[in-house]
Amino acid sequence: MEKIYARTKGIRPDVVSGFCPGCMHSTVIKLIGEVLEEMNIIDKTVAVLGIGCCGLKMEYMSYDNITSPHGRACAVATGIKRSNPDSLVYTYQGDGDFASIGLAESVSAANRGENISVIFINNGIYGMTGGQLAPTTLLGMKASTAPKGRIAEEHGYPMHMCEILNQLTAPCYLERTSCNTPQNTLKTRKAIKKAFQNQLDGKGFSMVEVVTNCPTNWGLDPLKSLEFLNEKMLTEYPLGVIRDNG
Amino acid sequence: MKRVFMKGCEAIAEAAVRAGCRFFAGYPITPQNEIPEYFSRRLPEVGGVFIQGESEVASISMVYGAASAGTRSMTSSSSPGISLKSEGISYCAAARIPMVYANISRGGPGVGSIQPAQMDYMQATKASGNGGFKMMVLAPSTVQEAVDMTFAAFDYADRDRNPVLILCDGVIGTMMEPVVLPEMKSDEEVAAIKNSKKWAAIGHKVDYANRGWIQPGNWSTAIMQQGNEEAAVMYENWQKNDVQVEHYQVEDAELVMVAYGISARIAKTVVDKYRADGKKVGLIRPITVYPFPYKAIENLNYNQVKAILDVEMSIPAQMLEDVSLAVKGRCPIETCLCSGGNLMKKEQVMDAVAKLI
Amino acid sequence: MPKVEIRSESCKSCGYCVKFCPKQVLAIGDKVNSKGYEYAKVAKPEACIGCKMCGVICPDAAIEVYK
Repeated sequence: MEKIYARTKGIRPDVVSGFCPGCMHSTVIKLIGEVLEEMNIIDKTVAVLGIGCCGLKMEYMSYDNITSPHGRACAVATGIKRSNPDSLVYTYQGDGDFASIGLAESVSAANRGENISVIFINNGIYGMTGGQLAPTTLLGMKASTAPKGRIAEEHGYPMHMCEILNQLTAPCYLERTSCNTPQNTLKTRKAIKKAFQNQLDGKGFSMVEVVTNCPTNWGLDPLKSLEFLNEKMLTEYPLGVIRDNG
Repeated sequence: MKRVFMKGCEAIAEAAVRAGCRFFAGYPITPQNEIPEYFSRRLPEVGGVFIQGESEVASISMVYGAASAGTRSMTSSSSPGISLKSEGISYCAAARIPMVYANISRGGPGVGSIQPAQMDYMQATKASGNGGFKMMVLAPSTVQEAVDMTFAAFDYADRDRNPVLILCDGVIGTMMEPVVLPEMKSDEEVAAIKNSKKWAAIGHKVDYANRGWIQPGNWSTAIMQQGNEEAAVMYENWQKNDVQVEHYQVEDAELVMVAYGISARIAKTVVDKYRADGKKVGLIRPITVYPFPYKAIENLNYNQVKAILDVEMSIPAQMLEDVSLAVKGRCPIETCLCSGGNLMKKEQVMDAVAKLI
Repeated sequence: MPKVEIRSESCKSCGYCVKFCPKQVLAIGDKVNSKGYEYAKVAKPEACIGCKMCGVICPDAAIEVYK
């Protein structure tokens, strides 16, 4: 019998991920590994990890990685890529990392058209620290630092990073995907592959925003978190290609 | 040896390039702008990379990345900018990433003044970021010394896998002096240094044990403690092996000044003036302010030395605490201080010495 | 005939594979692994068509599929 779906070499064979049940961080990390393996570039890849749950990735993945200061992943990736252009360098960042504390680094790297790939995990909440308000938290959605939920007058509105970066001239590729169904998971896989291919082709900044879940801090079991993701998150963050100059 | 006339900041940048530095990221701040400006012209000539980061915070993170990929890398800033870089400096120290940075320090605290000062001593030597890490801190008192120290700093950084700080006041950074530059490392030498860093994160064959894994922290407290213990041993070894200090007319001195950087140079002039009058005045100049030359001060003959004069461009005095630790109450310690961007005047030091002899 | 294999130690019982299997091959089992999760089991192996949807949706790479 032929194995038609195998565990990727991009994650360690003997390790169970540290992520909560149903958390799509695990899914995306798996997809990245599958893409790197398929493209046969795993041995030249460096992952730049953001702070927060992203850090759980370092023990789970099998290849080179560096943990960046909170929010600085795009700057760290810039340093690696510019000084070592032969490496494939991608950042793996959550919404707090990419869109809040690291906003300057994210926008500036995109504006320079830095030849890196960004995998941006948007689950609308701070996961590792315990469910605080994120720049991407939905209106009305409760957070441990917004007990009455996000209020526009007080907290402003959810940030749409694909659309914000789409105001810039330099970025090559911006797509928003999800992993809420097998079909969308395969689309995410394809988007990640495209982002990496763009980098190999020297086309500059690519970002895949993956709208995901946080069952633990949303206070929902994994299957209920899928419903919330489908009904609420994807209404605020519609999926699709925002820009494709690849 | 060919001598060239160079500004301190530019000489530091050229020395770095000659030491094999091939990556610089920085952000404008006075009085160190000539360093990034020089690198922006020079690095492309040697196949290096210059980036003006969007902030100090981003710049140090870029250097953290480039150095983690094995490239000899540098950043620079001035006092408030160094505070911003403290995040990335701490990451480099935690992950044991070799990197060199220069603080062309100015008056503080806060945004302070753009004129020269020595007000970052504590920050440089005691706590340049969270977590209690240490770095070798070299304090030049001439442009030539700034050149030699910068060149050597990259070797120290690589030897220890640790950041090294050139603590340079704004005077040394902005004045011009004749210097002899070190010989340029060849492309082959630069490549060999980079290739020797097997730990670098540039991509490896899939192999968990031998992957390039840059860890500025760890989930395991046991691993964290082990790393901190190893670093502590390294710091102790610096104290044994790497202290640099200049003794100037100390042997028979009854009054010993302690000063570093530009203050030491002014103090030296004062020593000469008093020696011309037969007065027994000397100077101890810490060249490494970390590791601090405690022994040089500790081992003075306190039957002979009547007083110590701590000369610093900082109010309150900062190095004074290290000097006190070494003197151990065996003689009075007086201070001669200025601050906020005011330069130490020779006359001020003369007067301070006159009160003590 | 296609075959699904579940690495029981990696499974966290999220139920995604059960939800998305078009042929109801999978179910949450009643045995627990060392972490205490009631891991998924292959309830109707003969119904598997080897579409890999379970493997794709599984966050924890706990599923491998043969054909």
